Amino acid sequence: MSILRETKWALLELFPEQKATEGEAEKAAREKHRADARAKIEAEIKAKAEAEAKAKAKSEAKEGEAAAPKKPSPTEETAAESAAIDLAAKVKSQAAPQPAPPEEPEEPESDEPPVSLEHEGPRPFGVMVRSYAARGYHLDVFCAPDQVVAAAELLDGAGFSLEAVTGVDWIKEEQMEVVYDYTITAGRLCRVAVRTRIPRSAPEVPTISHICPGANWHERETHDFFGIKFTGHPYLVPILLPEDADFHPLLKDFTP
Amino acid sequence: MTLPIQCTPDEIFILNLGPQHPATHGVLRVKLTMDGEYIVEAEPVLGYIHRMHEKMAENGTFAQFMPNTPRLDYLSALSFNQGYCMAVERAAGIEVPERAEYIRTITVELNRISSHLLWYGAFVMDLGGFTPLLYAFDDREQILDLLEHVTGSRLTYCYYRFGGVYNDIDDDFVTGTRAFVKRLRSRLPIQYRDLVTGNIILIKRLKDIGFISAETCRKYGATGPVLRGSGVEYDVRKHEPYSIYPELDFDIPHYPEGDCMARYMVRMDEIEQSLRIIEQALDKLPDGPYQAKVPKTLKPPAVDVYSAVEASKGSFGCRLVCDGDKGPYRLKLRSPSFSNLSLFGEVSEGLLLADALAVMGSLDLVIPEIDR
Repeated sequence: MSILRETKWALLELFPEQKATEGEAEKAAREKHRADARAKIEAEIKAKAEAEAKAKAKSEAKEGEAAAPKKPSPTEETAAESAAIDLAAKVKSQAAPQPAPPEEPEEPESDEPPVSLEHEGPRPFGVMVRSYAARGYHLDVFCAPDQVVAAAELLDGAGFSLEAVTGVDWIKEEQMEVVYDYTITAGRLCRVAVRTRIPRSAPEVPTISHICPGANWHERETHDFFGIKFTGHPYLVPILLPEDADFHPLLKDFTP
Repeated sequence: MTLPIQCTPDEIFILNLGPQHPATHGVLRVKLTMDGEYIVEAEPVLGYIHRMHEKMAENGTFAQFMPNTPRLDYLSALSFNQGYCMAVERAAGIEVPERAEYIRTITVELNRISSHLLWYGAFVMDLGGFTPLLYAFDDREQILDLLEHVTGSRLTYCYYRFGGVYNDIDDDFVTGTRAFVKRLRSRLPIQYRDLVTGNIILIKRLKDIGFISAETCRKYGATGPVLRGSGVEYDVRKHEPYSIYPELDFDIPHYPEGDCMARYMVRMDEIEQSLRIIEQALDKLPDGPYQAKVPKTLKPPAVDVYSAVEASKGSFGCRLVCDGDKGPYRLKLRSPSFSNLSLFGEVSEGLLLADALAVMGSLDLVIPEIDR
């Protein structure tokens, strides 16, 4: 299983509804793929058997011409019969219910067109697969503020490390966005962006610094720049701004 | 934590390291709680040269932020040029011509060598050896001359443009670079390896000092030579290939020991690998345009993109949020030293002060990049 799929399904734990619908879709796709594969193999075998029978009939006919004329029908029948048995066995082995979930037919997500949703109003909670070439990350998770901890736990458990925490001030929508960038450094490539939105009037998100100690400084920085309060943070004092700073320069309505 | 020596609280004292201290290589203050010569707790205090680059990005156009990027890390300015360029190119969908990618790779690897050479000189000087600095600066000077020839500046290069580079390279640069590769190759075994790497004083100061585990690196998001010195074979150039790196043959030096010596060795080996990359890129250098046709005013669609490059200190990432306007709506600069320094508190606990300075040197900190 590819890391992207693995991570996606791990993250879908957070969104049971999406998991259910995606699971159904996946199952249907798998069924369809299996049926297609079976039909294809059947057709192939049939064609092969027919070709074989034909070739045999031809050669026999030739032999018959050389020697005494003989009835070709019984051999032909047996050939067709054996081919049919062969086919049945093959189809059976193909169609036999596999206990483990089979390899995914193809990754339908990989050719998903890049969609820009960030600025087009609310987006439902869930996991989206993004085009890496266009975006630079693979999975885009949008979750409720209190789910960021669970997301961090899941990703940390899967061996991801936190690259950065940052905020975006969507002043027109009266909202603030907090983005967590994760990546994996152990051999495989998968970048995950976890984002959440909070009201601009009361920007509060739970801290993840107890899970990723690296988040400690990043959260302090985001608090400096946006005034986002990371509840439960052990030491939420200015890190880059002066120690007595009471302003948040990256707010869009900040005037020095 | 357990203290190395049992002590009563009144024997513990606070020691300020910096903000003006030769070992911090910039304006970094570390508040040390000491028990005699041993560190009980170390808390880096940042922000002395904070300039709010991210706000400057929001206030201008995409091109106007370009000269800010070399001011983040003045020692490997071209990596930061490239990281920002790649983010904007990704958002605006700009294709970079092949020749430009080759030029970028050659110059950025030269810059990486110069950054490692400066680190080497300064690091060994921290440990008490003055002579190696002079050798390193002699070689670094050659690189600065070469890069000055094509970029026009000696330190804070602003050489890359969206869709290419500002200037084509000429034959002088190519022959000069080839001569430099040859020169540094011949000097590495003697002036560097024999004089310093095998030196017993250096080995005593670095071996088994400041162990950082791969798990600590992962938890803190440390990258670059720090992570590779902990045995993780992670390099953005290989792992998440960009530019022309997939076409080139080079190794990722990594050492499993996780001590200061391992981080030292990683950087020394990286100099050799960069020489290899430069040589190959010069051999393959294609003809063609060095810049794509890009409109004067860029207006990328409303997307948010991430792009990462391997700077000399680690993975430098840009998260660029566009809203369809002429400038970034939000630009987050993920600088490698910020994450690398954040593990210093944990690692230096219980170390001797002199060893902690060796650890700090081995992290290769550049303060403007941490403070942004």
